[in-house]
Amino acid sequence: MAEAAIEVKDLSKTYGDGVKALDGINFEVEAGTVFGLLGPNGAGKSTTVKILTTLSHPTSGSASVMGLDVLGRAAEVRKQIGVVAQSSTADREATARENLRLQGQLYGMKGSDLEQRIDSLLGSFNLAGDGDRIVRGFSGGMERRLTIAMALVHRPKVLFLDEPTTGLDPEVRAEMWEEISTLAAQEGMTILLTTHYLEEADMLAQNLAIVDQGRIVAEGTPDDLKKALKGDAIQVGLGESRQQPEVESALAGVDGLSEVLLNARTLHARAADGARSVPSILTSLEAAGISVDSVTVSRPSLDDVYLKYAGRTIEQAEKNENEEVAA
Amino acid sequence: MNVFADTWHMAQRHIRALIRQPWWIAVTLVQPIIWLVLFGGLFKNMAELPGWPEGLSFREFIIPGVIVMTAFFSAGWGGMGMIDDIKRGIIDRFLVSPASRSSIINGRLLSGFLTIAIQALIVLVLGWLMGAHYPGGALGMVLLIVIAGIVGFGFGAFSNGLALIIRKEESLIAMMQFLLLPLTFLAAAFIPLTLAPDWIANVAKFNPVNWAIEAGRSALIDSSPDWNLILTRTGLLLVFGALMAAFATRAFRSYQRTV
Repeated sequence: MAEAAIEVKDLSKTYGDGVKALDGINFEVEAGTVFGLLGPNGAGKSTTVKILTTLSHPTSGSASVMGLDVLGRAAEVRKQIGVVAQSSTADREATARENLRLQGQLYGMKGSDLEQRIDSLLGSFNLAGDGDRIVRGFSGGMERRLTIAMALVHRPKVLFLDEPTTGLDPEVRAEMWEEISTLAAQEGMTILLTTHYLEEADMLAQNLAIVDQGRIVAEGTPDDLKKALKGDAIQVGLGESRQQPEVESALAGVDGLSEVLLNARTLHARAADGARSVPSILTSLEAAGISVDSVTVSRPSLDDVYLKYAGRTIEQAEKNENEEVAA
Repeated sequence: MNVFADTWHMAQRHIRALIRQPWWIAVTLVQPIIWLVLFGGLFKNMAELPGWPEGLSFREFIIPGVIVMTAFFSAGWGGMGMIDDIKRGIIDRFLVSPASRSSIINGRLLSGFLTIAIQALIVLVLGWLMGAHYPGGALGMVLLIVIAGIVGFGFGAFSNGLALIIRKEESLIAMMQFLLLPLTFLAAAFIPLTLAPDWIANVAKFNPVNWAIEAGRSALIDSSPDWNLILTRTGLLLVFGALMAAFATRAFRSYQRTV
């Protein structure tokens, strides 16, 4: 394995009010890859990022970025990293250029080197014409792009993206995904991304850790995690309503089919190899006189993965979280 | 070196934000003038009272008071911007950068000092146009501005420290309201303490605002400045400033622990 850009060992964090945000997590991020921390709000993702970016101190355990301990060598770690927080942290009373300039100055950049860097970032983040506008007048997407550009001024080796697309509308989110993929591919940066959007983790991250209640419950590539579920989801739309026993007996002879469940006119089932099972499913149903309108075969989603490892869907987890907050 | 550069860059950010607000500029320039004209007119007859220092016009008397009061008021509200920056995540953005930690507060205080100095100059010029004399001359003016700056530093650090601890605009407003006017009236801002009740004169001895007014006034309008008074009061103000800086630093550490 290549050199690890981020190493996290037995990291725990208990806040002053007794809330245990992290309960001994371990992971490594290979240099030059995108790593996703996936989980619902309150799972401990942001706490992990705060510790790795030197903002917060762990209660126990250790972490290093580019081989530098985040506690002992915080000042050196800060020079290596760029951080994009959950919400925009641009100064709204300043122009885009002024925001970028101050950010560069804080990293010791100056003069024409800094100004050239600012111009090139404004260009690549599609803000070339807006550099001298006050940020207050920016759209949400523009402000988001500026925030990411600001985190990149000093050419960090490791970029932290904390929920980069939360609160953005779908169009801007898709735009953001493209930006992030480009960054990872072109700049060879190591990116750690937290998200509670499954599709986002699926699309961007080469490796994933699923976090639930301060622990990592599963880790691997998105594909590995999904393969571990064994089998594809098959949905068959029936021409008319039928009873569960009817379809069950009709499909009894199909090899490798499990979890057959009829829900009104939609039949759900799981098959080791979905595409291969479809023909025999169709012939069996036809033989039993059951007409078929449509068939869909889908790979298991990360939602299924999350369900398997955390014992609930992300949606449920977030609902509980909100209820706890409300109570 | 890094510390000074960072502080200056941070200060520039605040200065730019201020000069982009026409209403802020208008009010900041006009307010000390209003105080000078309003208080100068309202309490004018005070100079007729028995016991009023011989040959001292009321306007000359209140000029140092207005300057110090302006400095101390604007510094007292300094924490509001800090709360806004905390809420917007801007402070955290600075904390994950290599920027010097002290520049986060000192940049604000430096931009505040420039405001204080400009306001003081306006009051001095306006007072002169209205017929006030400054026997202390240029040195007296510089001393007064420096002293107002130290008061501003102390109360600015206090306000920023409170902001880091309470992090709620409403609470900060309530606390500053609670402090600003009483501290102004428990000082020789508008009348000499020789004319005030004994208990007020006694309390004023412990009031940094009063130290600044007494020292600044002696430097500006006494024909022979009381150097003993100026130096002891300025020394006390420096101690006060250092204590407030220590408080702000501790507040900053406690903020970092709760992140």
